[in-house]
Amino acid sequence: MTEILQLVIYGLVLGSIISLGAIGVSLIFGILRFAHFAHGDLMTLGAYFALVFYGTLELPMPVAFVVALALTAGVAVLLDKLLYRQLRRSSPVILLIASVGVALMVRSVIQMVWGTSNVVYDQGITMPYVVWGLRIKPDWLVILGGVAVLVTAVHIFLQHTTMGKAMRATADNMDLARISGIDTERVVMWTWILGAALAAAAGIFLGMDTRLHPVMGWRMLLPVFAAAILGGIGRPYGAIVGGLIIGFAQEFSTLVLPPSYKTAVAFAIMVIMLVVRPTGLFRGRS
Amino acid sequence: MELTGLLHYGVFTLTMVGIYGVLALGLNVQWGYTGMLNIGVAAFYAVGAYTTAILTAAPSPDHLGGFGLPFIVGLVGAGVVAGLLALVVGLVTLNLRSDYLAIASIGIAEIVRLVLKNEAWMTNGVRGIAGIDTPLASLVPGYADLGYLVLVGVILALVYWGVQRAFRAPWGRVLRALRENEPAALAAGKNVLAFRVSAFVLGSVIMGLGGALYAHFNGYVSPSDFQPMLATFLVWVMLIAGGSGNNRGALLGALVIWLVWSGTEMLAGLMPEGLGTQASALRVFLVGLLLEIILLTRPQGLLPEKPPRRVDE
Repeated sequence: MTEILQLVIYGLVLGSIISLGAIGVSLIFGILRFAHFAHGDLMTLGAYFALVFYGTLELPMPVAFVVALALTAGVAVLLDKLLYRQLRRSSPVILLIASVGVALMVRSVIQMVWGTSNVVYDQGITMPYVVWGLRIKPDWLVILGGVAVLVTAVHIFLQHTTMGKAMRATADNMDLARISGIDTERVVMWTWILGAALAAAAGIFLGMDTRLHPVMGWRMLLPVFAAAILGGIGRPYGAIVGGLIIGFAQEFSTLVLPPSYKTAVAFAIMVIMLVVRPTGLFRGRS
Repeated sequence: MELTGLLHYGVFTLTMVGIYGVLALGLNVQWGYTGMLNIGVAAFYAVGAYTTAILTAAPSPDHLGGFGLPFIVGLVGAGVVAGLLALVVGLVTLNLRSDYLAIASIGIAEIVRLVLKNEAWMTNGVRGIAGIDTPLASLVPGYADLGYLVLVGVILALVYWGVQRAFRAPWGRVLRALRENEPAALAAGKNVLAFRVSAFVLGSVIMGLGGALYAHFNGYVSPSDFQPMLATFLVWVMLIAGGSGNNRGALLGALVIWLVWSGTEMLAGLMPEGLGTQASALRVFLVGLLLEIILLTRPQGLLPEKPPRRVDE
């Protein structure tokens, strides 16, 4: 029983990290109509930005966190202006290919600046709390608290601000949004800001939970896509549910499979979902 | 001495261009002809390489086989196994829109990578499989690789001939129709899934052949040879730079991009000692930048696609 509950905790931590990435992928997919393959590498970039301000400049973590989110969002907006916007008139698959190139370029820059070895935010081992035989690392509480705050913020943004409503409308139907007078270019910019900031947060939390590595985000890309598809493309709330399901499934799979095949589980769920119900659990775009 | 070195370098370059040329032709069938996004080229490439390694290497307790079979069996086996993998993947994902195939294909690449790394009974894990013969090594005495280059050239020519035929054939015409306007092709009574799956399988078989050619050239395969993104990415840049949909373009792209890629190696060699990782990252960055510049300025590539001439013209 303890073992199961422990897996629930692992799954909750992993799932909430995946959710943050999946919200961005889902919104970008819904609004710009392409699978953003550089999303995982934006996660990595955010994690390393935080390392600069926390590890090197020794600012407090919350400050480093906010600055890293802002910088990653800035990079994404810049990428959109320089590259994605220019390609938007061609077919969305060209954007997808361009984003694969961006993924590799971002990763190369990270390797050039920070090297390829594993890095951690804090040296040394923190003792986990033990509650009813369950081990709980203090970092996990920070991660879960942080995800809860961010998801609430996203909820308020989407439901109660004009831009949030415009974003949901555009994700639903781009043409209808445009003839209703929504400035879709601004919506696109805010989509990048929101998606990239959440990706950076996911990367930082992942770095806190494990360690920093230039391919850490790329390795998360498949679970993140799986979560976005599971939740339904263009459905940010679905992405959260999808992320949690993928997180739990990956951790529970270790009961029967070697842990190295966790990614394969996310993939299997995604493929089954695509075959059975391509619109996702929450009826996103097919 | 200098001349021999140059010759060796030339032979090496041309062999790699030939192998990547095969891969680019395979991708052209999938992306250029049919518009299917396969971001998992490395999966089929690696499966082909490992299949031939297991079939042709000398028996070893470290991995499955080897069975010591001749080169040709390894080559055919590589194509068959890569094709079977493609058939399974294709039947499941090809009914979906192209983005989903792209996502599914990185999943396949990731799973293949995990299997190669973890299933040591079959693949010897990270230590890889060694002792793969290079055929025709004794064709030109003293120049072991020259004979193999001839073989790669012959196989490349055969593949080129085959895909070129397919492009002109009614089958290729249907693929282009699917790419341009799927509902119209469907309305014309074409079985969309069957055409897609067959093109996906054909392209993947060709990629498997490319993998086998690489394994026999290198004599050794290990998971680090198939850094999933690097191989896939280079092939994509080659095809897009050369001209998607044009087989000659795919070959030209393989040549040009391979030269650029080895050129960046020299550039990286000029960087100070001890910056090895930085240098290889810089190479990837430059190729990525090249891809974006091509997409922005000349998306049709060096040799754009030309619809085949009608026979009676």
